[in-house]
Amino acid sequence: MIVSNLEIIPGKRIKTHFGLVQGSSVRAKHVGRDIMAGLKNIFGGELRGYTELLQESRQEAYDRMLDQAKAVGANAVLNVRFSTSSVAAGAAELFAYGTAVILE
Amino acid sequence: MIDLIILIALLALGYGFGQYAEKKHYTSIRKRELILRSVPVVASKIPPQGKPNYDSQLVSGSVVISVDYFKRFVAGLRGLFGGRITSYETLLDRARREAILRVKREAKDLGAEIVFNIKLETASIHKGRGNGIGSVEVLAYGTALIPN
Repeated sequence: MIVSNLEIIPGKRIKTHFGLVQGSSVRAKHVGRDIMAGLKNIFGGELRGYTELLQESRQEAYDRMLDQAKAVGANAVLNVRFSTSSVAAGAAELFAYGTAVILE
Repeated sequence: MIDLIILIALLALGYGFGQYAEKKHYTSIRKRELILRSVPVVASKIPPQGKPNYDSQLVSGSVVISVDYFKRFVAGLRGLFGGRITSYETLLDRARREAILRVKREAKDLGAEIVFNIKLETASIHKGRGNGIGSVEVLAYGTALIPN
């Protein structure tokens, strides 16, 4: 599976378009991490717990997008975009979408 | 009175640790930027034509950075008078450069030559908590071209 955020892949031609595939994941942070983050809010610096949390959930959104692409029989996802939105206080939605295609 | 003492203590702690952390982070960013200079990251969308022997792969890097108590306090004051809020400018600058460095690190580990179509996404993850932005997440992603 080739995944890229370019619209074309150098040296490859698009045979079939399947349209949009997407995946999302909504996560809330847990209390332990929140307390650490509260401390960091006084001292400043990187919040490693949050970085990992967001990376995990983004990975999940990405995997769901790939599952969808596999389900329609694509061998590549092009023009991938990520987006984040906060749905409620303390929870965030991570969203990944792209175009599923068959490359030859 | 006790409230005032706590406030001053928090401000002092925030100032001390915050300045130290920022200085340390900038030193490390500059050092790694020099090391990773060999992998250029470009915002161009069009990959090189006529060179078909590249593998492409999505690479990404993200970071969540929090501002310290002192800076948030100063920024709150700025909100009264208007003008540049330098404390948030450096926060976002550090976050973006760090995210791009993580992209470069991943690309370099894959043996990539260049990273195309870099996108930067900023999200404030403290929304709805009352006190405005305290920490931001910056995500950078792009397509690494790996010669095969």
